[in-house]
Amino acid sequence: MTQLSSRPGISRELMAVRAARELRPGMYVNLGIGLPTLVSNFIEPGIILQSENGMLGYGPLAEGPERDPDLINAGGQYVTMLPGACFFQSADSFAMIRGGHIDVCILGGLQVSEKGDLANWIVPERGIGSIGGAMDLVTGAKRVIVLMEHRDRQGRPKILKECTYPLTGRRVVSLVITDLAVIDVTPDGMVLREVAPGWTPEEVQAVTEPRLIVPPDCQEMNF
Amino acid sequence: MPPQIFPTAFDALFDVFDGAVILVGGFGHVGHPHNLVRALRDRGVKNLTIVANNIGLGDSLDLLAETGQIKKFIGSFPVRASRERMTHFERLYREGLAEVEITPQGTMVERIRAAGAGIAAFYTPVGVGTIVETGKEKRVFNGREYILETALPGDFALIKAYKADKLGNLTYRRTARNFNPIMATAARVTIAEVEEVVEPGELDPEAVVTPGIYVDRLVICPRDYHDPAIFQTWD
Repeated sequence: MTQLSSRPGISRELMAVRAARELRPGMYVNLGIGLPTLVSNFIEPGIILQSENGMLGYGPLAEGPERDPDLINAGGQYVTMLPGACFFQSADSFAMIRGGHIDVCILGGLQVSEKGDLANWIVPERGIGSIGGAMDLVTGAKRVIVLMEHRDRQGRPKILKECTYPLTGRRVVSLVITDLAVIDVTPDGMVLREVAPGWTPEEVQAVTEPRLIVPPDCQEMNF
Repeated sequence: MPPQIFPTAFDALFDVFDGAVILVGGFGHVGHPHNLVRALRDRGVKNLTIVANNIGLGDSLDLLAETGQIKKFIGSFPVRASRERMTHFERLYREGLAEVEITPQGTMVERIRAAGAGIAAFYTPVGVGTIVETGKEKRVFNGREYILETALPGDFALIKAYKADKLGNLTYRRTARNFNPIMATAARVTIAEVEEVVEPGELDPEAVVTPGIYVDRLVICPRDYHDPAIFQTWD
């Protein structure tokens, strides 16, 4: 157990690669701050990225002189514009989000519960946190994917029977992608779809609090 | 009435008062009225309620926390993720000298939109089942729970636009639009910091985002677009 709590899984880049496979051309997608922003490096052409600060159709990160001081994503990174990009004000941006027009959002997480509750805005010991657009996104996006490390810095599970941190949303998460596993949140419970190379379903279970359903077709992540 | 054009940001804030509720545009540093915020600090007014998306490390709004002028912050990012350095605002909050009303970003902007559009309150599903619903009326529509959120007007709105004409019509650049057009509608006095003021007729009417009816004062604050380094990104 002690050993499993610190044994490394796949890299952050591979996590982003795996998450990108959930996206299809034609989808409108919002990527949260932190790890999910990496996903933009690996997406297929034709996926349209929405940024809640008021943009559809941003491209790769902008470097050096192509940086425009008025062109950032919601993570504060300078980005480029793709042909067909457009800008809008924040109330329109959140109408788009709340109104169910975003196909997928990929967010970071502090804790995810068996039932798909998400906690990702405050570590209670700190006493102050930031909600940003996360509550709007989990409420309005058609599908919510959480992309996070499987264990916290102390090696403790982040996938729990119940979240202990204040929630961002209740029963909102559809899929969890971590450095160790791909887990579906279903009405019957959490289903282990994939494990990281070198990990067995039993080992993933040992660092996951709720019981995982392991179907016969559970497989190793393939890169 | 067409807006009055002021020579400096400090002059444009001549009647700002202690205890005012001030809406401030911008997302991170982008589309943020830096000059008006610095002028607000220089005016020395106190006990301000600031409504804005973020007050983080290096944000000019944190200047108002450094001087202790903020009593309350209403917004979605009262702190940033960085654990290493505390902002002046977080210090004020921890010392019990400032309050935070944390709000989902979309709820915040919709509350401001409501204020500008004559709507007293609205039901939203955002925040149901979280601390955001605490103390708020809940109601079920078509089998789904919603919470009641009320309009959020300001005494002043400080906004940043790109170009204005002398009638107060405003255009924006790229993601610098963000909260500015909505905040412009929701305050008793809206003051826009702009890079250029042109004659009526010089802006393409189709490109105007904020109609001049919402704008009371203008101040011209040019900026050098060739030096993005002066604008920091987030942590």
